[in-house]
Amino acid sequence: MDDITREVLNIVVVGHVDHGKSTVIGRLLYDTKSLPEGAIERVKKIAKEKGKPFEYAYLLDAFEEEQKQGITIDTTQLQFRTDKRDYVIIDAPGHKEFLKNMISGAASAEAALLIIDANEGIQEQSKRHGYILSLLGIQKAYVVVNKMDLIEYSEEKFQEIKQEMNEFLNSLHVFPLKYIPISAFHGENITMLSDKMPWYKGQPVLQAIDFFEKDKGLEGKPLRFPIQDVYKFDNRRIIAGRIEAGTLKTGDQILISPSNRVTKVKSIEYWAAQDKKGSASAGMSVGITVEDEFFNQRGEFISHSHDAPVTADIFKVSLFWMGKKDLVKNKEYKLKLATQEVECEIYTINKVINATTLATLEDATSVQTNDVAEITIKTKREICFDEFKNNQNTGRFVMVDGYDVCGGGIVTGLVTERQAVSTLSKQDAEMVVHCFDEYYYVFAEGGIKKIQATPRSFTIGDTIPTTGMTYAYPEDFNVLDRNKNLVAKIRKSKLEDVISFNEYQYDAKPMIDTQGSYIRINSAEKFKKFTRDLEKLRQGEQLTLTTVANQWFEFMEFRQIRYLTVDKPLTIEYHI
Amino acid sequence: MDHLDRLEAQSIFILREAYKKFGKLGMLWSIGKDSTVMLWLAKKAFFGHCPFPFIHVDTTHKIPEMIEFRDRKAKEYNIELIVHKNEEALQAGMGPDKGRLLCCKALKTDGLQQVVTKYEFEGLILGIRRDEEGSRSKERVFSERNKDSEWDYTNQAPELWDQFKTDFPKGNHIRVHPILHWNEMDIWTYIEREKIELIDLYFAKNGKRYRSLGCAPCTGQIQSKAVTVAQIIEELKTTKVGERAGRAQDQEDSYAMQKLRKDGYM
Repeated sequence: MDDITREVLNIVVVGHVDHGKSTVIGRLLYDTKSLPEGAIERVKKIAKEKGKPFEYAYLLDAFEEEQKQGITIDTTQLQFRTDKRDYVIIDAPGHKEFLKNMISGAASAEAALLIIDANEGIQEQSKRHGYILSLLGIQKAYVVVNKMDLIEYSEEKFQEIKQEMNEFLNSLHVFPLKYIPISAFHGENITMLSDKMPWYKGQPVLQAIDFFEKDKGLEGKPLRFPIQDVYKFDNRRIIAGRIEAGTLKTGDQILISPSNRVTKVKSIEYWAAQDKKGSASAGMSVGITVEDEFFNQRGEFISHSHDAPVTADIFKVSLFWMGKKDLVKNKEYKLKLATQEVECEIYTINKVINATTLATLEDATSVQTNDVAEITIKTKREICFDEFKNNQNTGRFVMVDGYDVCGGGIVTGLVTERQAVSTLSKQDAEMVVHCFDEYYYVFAEGGIKKIQATPRSFTIGDTIPTTGMTYAYPEDFNVLDRNKNLVAKIRKSKLEDVISFNEYQYDAKPMIDTQGSYIRINSAEKFKKFTRDLEKLRQGEQLTLTTVANQWFEFMEFRQIRYLTVDKPLTIEYHI
Repeated sequence: MDHLDRLEAQSIFILREAYKKFGKLGMLWSIGKDSTVMLWLAKKAFFGHCPFPFIHVDTTHKIPEMIEFRDRKAKEYNIELIVHKNEEALQAGMGPDKGRLLCCKALKTDGLQQVVTKYEFEGLILGIRRDEEGSRSKERVFSERNKDSEWDYTNQAPELWDQFKTDFPKGNHIRVHPILHWNEMDIWTYIEREKIELIDLYFAKNGKRYRSLGCAPCTGQIQSKAVTVAQIIEELKTTKVGERAGRAQDQEDSYAMQKLRKDGYM
């Protein structure tokens, strides 16, 4: 049963149009005896019909149009094997207008061969493809310099190309592991070292590819389990999805983000008896049941509490654009990241990069087809993700314009100049609060104005400004964050704890929301009813926020509104 | 995870995406090995349930054992089965004697199109694989068809990082291909590992067996002594004959499958 345990590696072959990608692949298939009997005959028949000599490239051009144009219009997947393992080889079109097909192919690859024509040298698409490899996070790449026969197998010319390409790729943080001079047409340096290039001391292509090492260690990364769907086919309520990183075990305490709820894994479900297991890890499509049956939905991330993903609605990305229409500001796009889908807008275009010259445009107002850009994206609601450098699977996304995927990108960073706010936090549990803001009636404006408190972060043990100019909370109270499902306990005017709402038990202390509104709860029974209403609100069952707020919230309980004659730019300092 | 575990996990992910995204979804079941593996994967994906109907486009020229196996397994697996025939074409006397490609177009392509229209399917799950033949190798996992089931293969949307095409105009449908990334050997080693019951036409009788199943008049047998899945795996390791060499419609002309598939063939 060695076939079952054999390793498989996906390799994409990229490069400028006519630099010989299809010939290289055709040759690899031929030399590894991977072609079915019919294929060669069929292609020879076609070549004969067209009055052309047989070429290895024809093996790949399955479509009529391709053979007419002599270009590969889409990605093709072919397979061959060496002693070490099986390969799935992805041929990606080199023509500029087929960039979207090149990306579709390359996105599933673990390693890449970048083909350069020795005679023509580095061309526009050689560089663009190099750039895209870096954006796709494909670090394992060889540069294959083809058509060496056309330059008399010259070492000097080979070294020139190597140096030029290396400079370009290194600036993109792509470091090709090898440069291999070949002639695919004549079969030089494909299976055996060529006697035409005795100066080359490396391996021929077929031996060199066995040196690519497969990615390992996704299982050991922090757990990322995006919910794909929730099934209730029978009495089980199964949360289904694919584990993108890490390992999950029965009994694990898990955090569900961004709703911030904590529960435990009750079971890992299965149908076929052989699939029964107590733990599951990266790459597996699984289903679990949990102890607390919250309302879960597609898009939420399950992680371990101590290693939660980032939750934010604004972040920096690198992106390549393939849309027919330009990517512009002030327009809504759909962003898909793992199983999340959210409306988003371009917040700022920081830089547009010409992927060929690496020339940058700092004041661009749009991103055009085949451009690469650094932008800041604002999503309509908070989503979960990781920076690409920390986790590839949860750090990349696509953007949809109309019906089609038009862009792909990776999250490169968070926006550090966050809108300044006050927070109450304990380790990862953090709530943003507005309860220390002051409200004045401003004569000059004829209305009520909120003046934001100086942003401050309070952690456990910090003294809280319970009394301000226009508010006065008791010494002991609780703050509820509905969105994050957290409760902060203030005792003797100090932040004592921040806990999950699910862990909170009614303690007869007054509770306010993050805006400072008193919540009309004065008994355990009322607390129970309020909890039920919150859950209904969350599930969108009849109750609206207006109904809930008017029934339960009292804005003026701990506040008063004072008067100001002018609207002077005030900052309020805490009086602690 | 080994190679087969990865293939299985990816297929289950695709099936679940299809189920989540399409209100009206059906799976094509040709009774052959590939779609029978897919049925098995669906049972795994949905924990023993099959939350969508299975469709068999019956050309009436199928090998009789296939119909018997179909009805028996449908009961055993507890699945909802839609059997559809292009009655109009059959009454007009359509058959391979009218021309193989014409017959495939009428009884399979048009038959399938009728099912899509009748049940208003938004998503159709098919068990095609990239290694089967050239035009299939260029497929997307979620591949759009217009209202006439036509495939614009020159202008396919990008597909990357398992973010599939789920937005499309009303009237169009998506062909979902959960085992696109498997090859013939993967299918057989998986059948062996999972002990999936197959129709016995795949196993040699009197020195012959079917390697690929289709309609009786257009499907040839190969010389073989393989009577178990393990023996078939051994046989495949040494063969240089294409899997679909016994399928007459593929050989009609150099671009037969491309032409058929552009018009909506499986």
